[in-house]
Amino acid sequence: MDHHTHNTTGRRELQMARSMCWHCQSEIAGEYFCERCVKVQPVSKELDYFTCLGFPRRLTIDQNALEAKFYELSRAFHPDFYQNKSVAEQAISLDNSALLNTAYRTLRDPIQRAEYLLDLEAGAAKEIRTSPPADLFEEIIELQEILDEYRATDRTSETEPKLRAKLQSERVALEHRQQSMETQLQQLFSQWDALQDRGEATVQARVERDRILKQMREILSNRTYVRNIVNDLVTTIAHT
Amino acid sequence: MTRIVGIDLGTTNSLVAYMDQGTPRVIPGRTGRSMVPSVVAMTDNGLIVGDSAKEHLIRNPERTIYSVKRFMGKGLADVQGELAYFPYHLTEQGGVIRIKVGEKAYSPPQISAMILKELKYRAEAHLGENITKAVITVPAYFNDSQRQATKDAGMIAGLEVLRIINEPTAASLAYGLQKRTQGTIAVYDLGGGTFDISILKLKNGIFEVLATNGDTHLGGDDFDHRVADLLIKDVRTQHGIDLASYPDHMQAVRLEAEQAKIRLSDEFKTTATLELPDGKGRFTREVTRDQLESMTTDLIDRTLGPCRQALKDAGLTPDNIDEVVLVGGSTRMPLVRQRVHDLFGKPPHCELNPDEVVALGAAVQADILSGGTTDLLLLDVTPLSLGIETMGGVMSSLIRRNTTIPASTKEMFTTYVDGQTGVDIHILQGERELVKDNRSLARFRLKIPPLPAGVPRIEVTFLIDANGILNVSARDVRTGETQSIAVKPSYGLADEEVERMIGESFKFAAEDLRARQLIEASTEAEAMLRATEKALKQGGHLIGEQERSAIRASMVALESAKAGSDHKVIRARMTELEQTTHHLAEVLMDTSLKEALENKKLSEIT
Repeated sequence: MDHHTHNTTGRRELQMARSMCWHCQSEIAGEYFCERCVKVQPVSKELDYFTCLGFPRRLTIDQNALEAKFYELSRAFHPDFYQNKSVAEQAISLDNSALLNTAYRTLRDPIQRAEYLLDLEAGAAKEIRTSPPADLFEEIIELQEILDEYRATDRTSETEPKLRAKLQSERVALEHRQQSMETQLQQLFSQWDALQDRGEATVQARVERDRILKQMREILSNRTYVRNIVNDLVTTIAHT
Repeated sequence: MTRIVGIDLGTTNSLVAYMDQGTPRVIPGRTGRSMVPSVVAMTDNGLIVGDSAKEHLIRNPERTIYSVKRFMGKGLADVQGELAYFPYHLTEQGGVIRIKVGEKAYSPPQISAMILKELKYRAEAHLGENITKAVITVPAYFNDSQRQATKDAGMIAGLEVLRIINEPTAASLAYGLQKRTQGTIAVYDLGGGTFDISILKLKNGIFEVLATNGDTHLGGDDFDHRVADLLIKDVRTQHGIDLASYPDHMQAVRLEAEQAKIRLSDEFKTTATLELPDGKGRFTREVTRDQLESMTTDLIDRTLGPCRQALKDAGLTPDNIDEVVLVGGSTRMPLVRQRVHDLFGKPPHCELNPDEVVALGAAVQADILSGGTTDLLLLDVTPLSLGIETMGGVMSSLIRRNTTIPASTKEMFTTYVDGQTGVDIHILQGERELVKDNRSLARFRLKIPPLPAGVPRIEVTFLIDANGILNVSARDVRTGETQSIAVKPSYGLADEEVERMIGESFKFAAEDLRARQLIEASTEAEAMLRATEKALKQGGHLIGEQERSAIRASMVALESAKAGSDHKVIRARMTELEQTTHHLAEVLMDTSLKEALENKKLSEIT
């Protein structure tokens, strides 16, 4: 079987144009309920998660405000409140709720939120690394060799404690690196938000924008790679 | 608005509840007991459900079904290894277990439907109206097939199942409503056959499930079996009798083990008593609480892993949990309470009746659906990851466990070879890497127009609805046409079979009704006979000899009608007895009135 994930997040244009109520055909401007007939309106599939939850495209989000908005919209859309309504309204409620739940899940987590924003702003999904990042290349190749050697080593042998100590120190170093990546990410998030807040349309601003996005992408993919290696390390040491 | 009732369809006991002006209430039966034992007896006089059926466990073990919930949504291979105590014969047909009773074979949803019907009657008798809609609870860790089987059972019973709701979440609704709790709570639900743990956040009327976990094959039944095993072993060594070859005695052992276990929640030691087969006398054995605990500690410890996993999935530590709520009869065991206390570092709440709280919560949810309660909302999650089979027998995850429902995801499918006209899709549920280690839910074939390889684009939407049940739809992206999909469940009844069972259920309804009316009439006759006996004792001297003998004669007539099988005859004799005792009743009434008046005067004087 061949299948690949359908990328619903890679669209840039927002469909915020005025449209019509599916039920009474009166004009609506993005409200969730028609002002005239009070019927629930389908949230556009094209709507990005930030717009869906009423937040600007920023990487720092007030978790409490996000949760409050999620609860508010859940009260508006959840199928529990549509049991006595028409089949059409029930279907809209179900689709809206499912979309809302995905939107909240994505924005709630800072990393997923940043990855999603990258998709929105830069068009393509984050590339998953299969080879080590350039600046870590030699270090990680060496680490892989030690890991292989350690796995092949008899646990009672003389070399075991030495290898183990080496792996431990590598682990500490990598965890430090993870932390510095988190710090860098936080800085980039702040820079992004500041740039958006200024809202300049200069060439400089565009160059700055592209730089931030590029660096974020770099760190996000390195981060995944380093995390996998650390997990590998931790389980290998723990298993003995 | 038609009324919607809430039903807790349990492994051992079932209950029905409704919302009475903002307060959920369990509906009691004729005898005042709120629980209906989940036992169905197929007797020569027809179907019996509940308390009276329980008596047949020993009298008629091969025709009396209990713990059928353990078989819901399962194949025969799933339940091997726990068949020792089940006296009835199991087979399998179309991936579904069948329980053979005489010549007939019943699917677990059919048996569950019999229990649901009993609850339906009970609610109808109590509320004086037709009941056609219900919310039914299931263990949170039930998979798609088990949920679907529960829904099928409702349909067969003539109930429209408006919502399948998770037991611990239902309990949290009842608990939260009563206590006005805010914060993070853990619901630890150890029932007769299943274990669930759910972590919830309660805030301003929203009940958001953060994570859930469990074991659908761990509960009170397993504790009973441990105690029963001990008794069986002792009978074998002391008397050289193998009880396993006596199905009726096996049931007696099981029930006695259950009673001993229950007593040991309050006492430190108890005596289990068994009648030995073939009149070989009586066997007794003392069992201490310490012994029970050492026999079952491994079972209790099996609940702790899921608790830790749920905490981890919710991103919390035990310190973050504000309150721990206990649900299910098995949480009455002191060792269970101790272990839960140790794990969460705080004493669990056990002030709610652990047997009733799930049904009460189901009634609250029913009221939300009917539009009565508008300030509460439950946001539940799917307990298991949903995925499809990809090349190399690997499961590719589409919707992760603990995702808030409703949840949906879209997948694009295309072809490998020119002119390929279909793609087979295998849907799975579980957390393991390989297909073979996960639960197969269903298969379907996606129809594709013959085109060069890679050209067709079919978008398939997998949607888990608010019941936690999967819905699949497909759309050809090129033409925009939607495609109906015939999903074949791996462990479920096909739609046609459910239809047929609904039909049969109505056909047998008349028969069932007769049996039911007979039981009801004879129960009432019994009560009437006892009341008359009492009245004669109190006021027999106040009436004439002739009248007394007339009453005696009517009583004998009713007694013999009761032994028969026609409820109409019983009812007629009851009316006659009522008429003959009419005068006696009046006399008694007068006497008691006079006494009451005299007492009053007396009290006025003093």
